[in-house]
Amino acid sequence: MSRAEIVAAILWLGVTLYAVLGGADFGAGLWDLLAGNSTNGEPPRALIDASIGPVWEANHTWLIFDLVILWSAFPLAFASLMSTLFVPLTLAAFGIILRGAGFAFRKYTRPLAGRRAFGATFALSSVITPFFLGTALGAIASGRVPAGNAAGDPWTSWLNPTSVLVGCLAVATGAFVAAVFLVSAARRQGDPDLERYFRRRALAVGSVAGGLSIVGLFVLAVDATALYNGLSGRGLPLVVASLILGSTSLVLLARGICRGIRVVAAGAVTAIVWGWGVAQLPAILPGSLTIEAAAAPSGTLDALIVISIAAAVTIGPSLGLLFILDGRSRLQAGH
Amino acid sequence: MLFDLGPLPPANLLAARDQMAVTLGFHIVLACLGVAFPTLLLIANWRAIRSSDADALRLARRWSRIIAVTFAVGAVSGTVLSFEMGLLWPGLMGRFGAAYGIPFAIEGIFFFLEAIFIAIYIYGWDRLSPWTHFLSGIPIALSGFGGTFSVVTANAWMNQPAGFTLGADGQVTDVQPLGVIFNNATWYEAGHMFLAAYMVTGFLLASTYAVGRLRGRMDRYTRLGFIIPFAVAAIATPLQIGMGDIAARAVFTDQPAKFAAMELVQTTGPNTPVVVGGILIDGRVVGGLPIPGLGSLLAGFNTATVVHGLDGIAPADQPPVNIVHLAWDTMLSAGFGLLALAAWFGLTWIRRRELPTSRWFYRFAAVAGAASVVALEAGWIVTEVGRQPWIVYGLLRTVDAVTRAPGAIASFVVVMVIYLILGFATFVVLRSMSRQGADDTADGGEPYGPRR
Repeated sequence: MSRAEIVAAILWLGVTLYAVLGGADFGAGLWDLLAGNSTNGEPPRALIDASIGPVWEANHTWLIFDLVILWSAFPLAFASLMSTLFVPLTLAAFGIILRGAGFAFRKYTRPLAGRRAFGATFALSSVITPFFLGTALGAIASGRVPAGNAAGDPWTSWLNPTSVLVGCLAVATGAFVAAVFLVSAARRQGDPDLERYFRRRALAVGSVAGGLSIVGLFVLAVDATALYNGLSGRGLPLVVASLILGSTSLVLLARGICRGIRVVAAGAVTAIVWGWGVAQLPAILPGSLTIEAAAAPSGTLDALIVISIAAAVTIGPSLGLLFILDGRSRLQAGH
Repeated sequence: MLFDLGPLPPANLLAARDQMAVTLGFHIVLACLGVAFPTLLLIANWRAIRSSDADALRLARRWSRIIAVTFAVGAVSGTVLSFEMGLLWPGLMGRFGAAYGIPFAIEGIFFFLEAIFIAIYIYGWDRLSPWTHFLSGIPIALSGFGGTFSVVTANAWMNQPAGFTLGADGQVTDVQPLGVIFNNATWYEAGHMFLAAYMVTGFLLASTYAVGRLRGRMDRYTRLGFIIPFAVAAIATPLQIGMGDIAARAVFTDQPAKFAAMELVQTTGPNTPVVVGGILIDGRVVGGLPIPGLGSLLAGFNTATVVHGLDGIAPADQPPVNIVHLAWDTMLSAGFGLLALAAWFGLTWIRRRELPTSRWFYRFAAVAGAASVVALEAGWIVTEVGRQPWIVYGLLRTVDAVTRAPGAIASFVVVMVIYLILGFATFVVLRSMSRQGADDTADGGEPYGPRR
C-alpha cells in the first residue's frame, strides 16, 4: 500500500464513522420530527434527547476529521468538489449549524413555543443535511465532479438520479440506524412501549432503505455505469455483505432480539460505504483524478499518518469512556 | 497539476470576504469561550470541593450549563468555517492545502478530546465522584490550549508561510510539517490569541455579575461569580499588553505593509510618530494626534529606528489602510481601558484584600465584557485585513484564491440572515438561562441528565 492509499483508507474510516454515528444522530432528528404533537411526542423525544445529547458533538467531529484529512492529503480533490458542489454543500453547512444550535437551544428553553421552534429547526435540518451531503456523495461517485475549480456543472452535478438516490439513502439509512439504536436504548431503560414504538419504525424504514437499494441498482445501471460496474465487480462481496447484514438486522428486529443488533445495523452501513470506495478504486474523483495524482507530498502524508495514530491513541480510549459512561448511566436511570 | 481558477464573477471577492468575516467574527467569540470558560469552571469546581463551598458549587453547575450551549454553537459554527475553506477559498486549499491543512488536522484531535470530555464532565454531575468529576474537566482546559495553538498556527502560517518548497509551476512539491507548524508567527500569534480568550471570557462572565451587583445583589454567590472570572481576566490583561507589544514588533519585522497601515506611516524614515486616531485621505493623514518618534521607539527601542512607510509599497500590495489603522487604535483603546480597570481591581485587592466598593468600578466592569469583545474583533481585523491583498503572505493573492462559483452573493445574504437569527437566539437563550434563578441547580436539571 502506498502512503496515499493508507491515508485514503484512514479517510474512508472517518467517512464510515461519520456515516454510522453522525448518520444516526441525523436519523434521530427525523424521528423527532415525526414524533407528533407535544404530548404524544414527549416520551420518544425525551429518549432521543437522552440518547444523542451526550454523544452528538463527538460524533459530529468525525465530519471535521474527514474534512481536514481530505484537504490536507488530497487538496486538489477537496478544492474541486467544494467548488463544483458549492450549492448542496453550502446548504448542508447551513443545515449543520441550524441542527446543532436548534438542539442545544431546545434543551435550555422553558416556554413551549420556543421549544417547538427550536425543536422544529433541529428536526427539519436533521433531514435536510444528510440529504444534501448524500447528493454530494452521489455526484462524486457518479463521476460528475471533474478536477478543477467549479469545473463541473453547478446544478446537474448533484441534481441527477444518482445524487437524489444517494441523498434519500443517506436519510433512510441514518433513520434506520437511529431507530435501531433507540430500540436498544429503550430496552436498557426498561421501557417496552418505546421499544415497540421504535421497533415498528425501524422495520418500516429498514424496508424502505432496502427497497431504495434495489431500485437504486437499476438507477445506477442507467445513470452511473462505471459505479455500477465497480459495485457489481470488485465491490460485489461488500454489497452482498451489506445485503446480508441489512436483512439480518430486519429479522432480528422482527423477532424482538436486541443483542448485537446495533453492530449488525452499523455493519450494513459500513459494508456499503466500503463497497463504494472499493468500486471506484483507484479514483478519488472518478473519471478525472486518482488517489495518487491528488495526493499531497509525502511530508504531508507522513504527518497525517502520525496524527491519525495519535488520534487513535488519544481519542479511542476517551470515546470508549464516554460511550461506557453513557450506557451505564442510562442503566441506572432505568431502575 | 496546478489548480487553475478561471474568470472571476464580479462581487465574488467582496461577498466571500464578507461571509468569512461574519462567520469567523461570530465563531471567534465562541471559540474564546470554549478555550477559557472550562478553566474558570474548574476553578469554581475546585473551590467547591476543596472548601465545601456551596456557592462555588452552584456557580460551577450554572457555568457548565452555559458551556454546554456555547460549546454546541461553537462546534457547529466552526464546522461552517471548515466548509468555507473549500466553498469560498478553493484556490487557497487547492494550492496550499498540503501545507496549510496540517495544523488543522492536529487541531482536530484537540477538538475531538474537548467534545468528548465536555460531554463526560457535563454528564458526570452527580454520577462521578466529586474529584473524578473534577479530573474529567482537566482535559477540556488542556485541549483548549492545544486547540488554540494549532488553529492559530494555521493563521500564523498565512502571515508567515514556511515549511514547504514550491515547484516551477507554483505547486507545493515538498512539505516539512514541523516547518509549517513552527513558522515565524506561530508563537506571538498563538500567545496573543490564548490570552485574548482568557480576557474575553473573564470580562464577559464577570460583566454579568457586575450588572447583578449594580442591581443590588450583594450576596456571596454574586461576589464569587464576579471575582473568579474578573481576577483571571485581570491577570491576563497586563500579560496580553506585553504579548501584544512583542507581536507588534514582530509584525514590524515580518510584515512592513501591515505595520505601516497600523501606525499610519506614510514615509519611510527614522523618528516615525505614532498617530492616535486620524485617517488617510489621498495620501495625507487627516486628524489624529501624532506623538513624535514613538513609532520608531516602540519598534526598535530607539527613535532612530527606520520604519517602512506606505510610500515604499506598491499600491497594489497595500492593505486597506484606514480600516487597519482604526481597528488597531480601537483594540489599543479597549486594551488599555481594560488594563486600567484591572489595575484598579488589583491595587484594591493588594491593599485591602477586598473588592472595590465604588459603583463606578462595577459600571466599568459591566461594559468590560463588551469592550473585550470589541478588542478581540478589532485585533482580528488588524491581523486579517492587514495581511491583504494577500491570503498567503507574499505568495497568493486573496483574489486568486476566491471561488468562481456563481452563488457566492446569494450564500452571503443567507449567511447574514442565519447568523443574525443565530446570534439573537443565542443571546435570548443565555439570558433566559441566567434568569432561571437558583432553583435549576438544585434539582439536577443538568443538560444531559436522565429523565426524572
